[in-house]
Amino acid sequence: MSRHAADVVIVGGGLIGVWTAFFLARRKQRVVLIDKGVVGAQSSGTNFGNLRLQGRFPGQYPLSLRSQSLWEEIAALIGEDCEFARTGHLYLAYDDEERAKLEGYAQVSESHGLAIERLGPSELRKRWPWLSERAVAATFSARDATANPRLVTPAVARAARALGVTIIENSCVSDVAHSGDGFSVKTADGAHWSCGALVNAAGAWAVAIAERFGETAPIVPAGPPQFVTEPFPYLIEPSIQAIDGSVIFRQIPRGNIILAGYPRTAADPVNNRAPVPPAKTLAAMRALARVAPILAQCHVIRVWSGIEGYLPDMIPVIGPSLTMPGLFHAFGFCGHGFQIGPGVGLCLSEMIVDGATSTPLEPFSIGRFRESVAVSEKFRKEFDGA
Amino acid sequence: MDDHAGQFVRAVSRQGPRITLHFDGEAVEASEGESVLAVLLTQRSFLRRTEFGSEPRAGFCLMGACQDCWVWSDTGGRLRACTTNVTEGMVLRSQPPGVDALRG
Amino acid sequence: MPCVAEIVVVGAGPAGINAAERLCAHGHRVVLVDEGRQAGGQGYRRPSPGLDLDMAAVMGTEAGKYEALHARFARLLPQIDYRPQTLVWAVEDHVLHLVQAGVASTLRFDALVLATGAMDKIAPFPGWTLPGVFTLGGAQVALKDQGCLVGRRVAFVGSSPLLALAAAQYSKLGGKVVTIADTTPFVRKLAALPALALSPRALWRGLSYLGGAMLVGVPVLHGVTPVKVVGDGHVEALILRDRRGRERRFPCDAIALGYGLKPETQLAELAGATLRFDEAFRLWLPQCDADGRAAPGLYLAGDGAAIGGADAAEASGGLAALAVLADLGELVDEGGRLALRRRLARLRGFQKGLAKAFAWPVAQIRALPDEVMLCRCEEVRIGEIRQAMAQQLGPVEINRVKAMTRCGMGRCQGRVCGPALQEIVAGTAGIAGEQAGRLRAQAPVKPIALAVAGEAP
Repeated sequence: MSRHAADVVIVGGGLIGVWTAFFLARRKQRVVLIDKGVVGAQSSGTNFGNLRLQGRFPGQYPLSLRSQSLWEEIAALIGEDCEFARTGHLYLAYDDEERAKLEGYAQVSESHGLAIERLGPSELRKRWPWLSERAVAATFSARDATANPRLVTPAVARAARALGVTIIENSCVSDVAHSGDGFSVKTADGAHWSCGALVNAAGAWAVAIAERFGETAPIVPAGPPQFVTEPFPYLIEPSIQAIDGSVIFRQIPRGNIILAGYPRTAADPVNNRAPVPPAKTLAAMRALARVAPILAQCHVIRVWSGIEGYLPDMIPVIGPSLTMPGLFHAFGFCGHGFQIGPGVGLCLSEMIVDGATSTPLEPFSIGRFRESVAVSEKFRKEFDGA
Repeated sequence: MDDHAGQFVRAVSRQGPRITLHFDGEAVEASEGESVLAVLLTQRSFLRRTEFGSEPRAGFCLMGACQDCWVWSDTGGRLRACTTNVTEGMVLRSQPPGVDALRG
Repeated sequence: MPCVAEIVVVGAGPAGINAAERLCAHGHRVVLVDEGRQAGGQGYRRPSPGLDLDMAAVMGTEAGKYEALHARFARLLPQIDYRPQTLVWAVEDHVLHLVQAGVASTLRFDALVLATGAMDKIAPFPGWTLPGVFTLGGAQVALKDQGCLVGRRVAFVGSSPLLALAAAQYSKLGGKVVTIADTTPFVRKLAALPALALSPRALWRGLSYLGGAMLVGVPVLHGVTPVKVVGDGHVEALILRDRRGRERRFPCDAIALGYGLKPETQLAELAGATLRFDEAFRLWLPQCDADGRAAPGLYLAGDGAAIGGADAAEASGGLAALAVLADLGELVDEGGRLALRRRLARLRGFQKGLAKAFAWPVAQIRALPDEVMLCRCEEVRIGEIRQAMAQQLGPVEINRVKAMTRCGMGRCQGRVCGPALQEIVAGTAGIAGEQAGRLRAQAPVKPIALAVAGEAP
């Protein structure tokens, strides 16, 4: 068995893991990142690609905005833009109740300094004439953006590697333990790493590591089904979401329309499968045609999904372990980890190197699962696989 | 303009009611029972231009598998030319209708 | 076990028709779903209504079988629920998802016979996306279905006994065949003769096509390397290197390209079949037993299961039906079953021999220049694949290559580029074809319009 030493070992080469590795390496840490497959293979690489700011969990805004600043300079940070584009994001409400919800979201966003435009039906028609007339109200946030998830994680991993990070793919962590003043990490193929700090960014597979240290979280593995159409003349600039969660879509400049469908579908982390049931494909198609009737004759050509960890309160676990000093968790991103990924990586690097981060992360403590956690309305609505 | 004569050559004659369709604004004569692809390619050298490189394409597998022969209807619809029969009054295009038309 | 089994056959070619016929004969109600406008599949395709085409002349030695199959289908028609022009776009939990006349629906089944057929297996070369280059099967479909030749002067290129067959059909109907250019050297064909002699009739048929072509002065070349298609907006000439390395130019206005057949395995995969990489065909093929059983309630027949041609398709369709019946607990004619198995084994053995005599040009594909378009749908060139694979943490597996480059991501879902992509990935990574992985099938297996979903239920 080969033995090696590092300052930090990161388990999990998703977006969170690679950004954490990148920022740690910039702080001169010796970092090893281990993934059971290849970097960015699961939800990091298969998600919708939204960098949405409006409508987030209120306690997440400081982190979200910090993360967006990093996205906005991604080309300078890692040398590739990964199709980052400030497309804006449009939220649609279909009745008065939804309009009130939208207004609530808008006020939270504005209290954090985000500019939100409020639009009525006639302005909506004027600006996006192809939208169906069902929407009674909408909010538009121009700073919201999109990027190509297929490209981002490998690109960040390459940048991290260029800074000296050791990236080990196709290697399963078989054991983690605390020993002396650090951790010992073993892989199934016989490597043995000792390190001072350990980052648990193993997504839907992260609970096994937490439980080694007496902590847990009620994680549910699931896949957000995604669909894409054939290319269509480019006319939809922002990403568009119905606030009832029935549909979210965007068009890439090549012309394809990417569409995410709800509810999310239970996945099988043991066999690494995240199926997309045909009924969901039809439901998503129906929902899109209702919002944008102009697309009714457009064809869906492909579907995909990837495994993501969900938690019943629909907010992630980010921060130090409460049972083991030197262990940091970042998992269970509940389908909204893409936008906060770089911010989470930066905060974790600060916690590890400086002992603290200026960004408030208290709501994300794993300690909340010591008590029973309320199941969020969003979880009930967007999920059918528990 | 398409200066090359039709790509396809009719080897045998055919019976059946004559119909007229339109492609890129021009009237095209056809017989019932013909595929859109055969009708168009007996008169032209290609069916459409590709989305990304603007290359001319004329279909490839001719049996509904390669998806290379999709053409546009005038109302923004799509149809696969090799597996679709011509119908009277069809209005088709090699290029998508302008975005302005689509915006409505 | 249900009293009345719901049995669905997908594909109305010789395999599907044979399966449906046998199941009907045992008193079962069969639903026969087919994408085509008319039954017959690709090989036994019927002319579209109104066409003055002498199919006996087109079909040649196979005319009798062609007529017999269609006569049998006409007798079968009143006894089955036949659904032409119907796409099966997904399979899940013993339910087929269909689209017919622009409307989505579902169809439950206890037993599913997939006879989904095949398309041409294609190796790209410079200029192959020009209008006027069609698949070899496509060139035959244009003739049988529409009475059209794909061009006035046609070059038949690739590696397949069907090059000569199609050329003979073209020649008969007034087309000029400028060359039959096969990439496999003649010595390799001789080496495969012992395997081919398993089926002397088929061998004789193949030789007679070639003989026919040579008689009328068509250059028949073996061991060629296709160099490029020349043309501005349409095909003007084919340039190839002959076996001596000399470049030769054939003015022409169309090219029919084919390297044998590639099964349509998408539905089988979605229905639960296991796929394995077959070294002889260099394709991922669904696994099934001698009678076509691929998974519980799933039976495969015809070229969609294993390339074997029309005769093998008929035999395997019959066998699959017998397997369905046996699994339903019915008594089947054991002697007939054994005879069919022997026949099928012989015919498919012959095809394995053909795969050697008409080989997939692995080395030629791997040596293709960077600028060759590989993915027609997403317009991805071979150089982009090689470049993506060369970078740090670059992909070495085909699905990952697809994710990074979009190759195989488009409308056809890798049907056309898949086999060549497999070679490019394996060749660039220096790994075995099998290790390059397999492009996974996903529903919808063909594009479906949003509108087919209809209004909210």
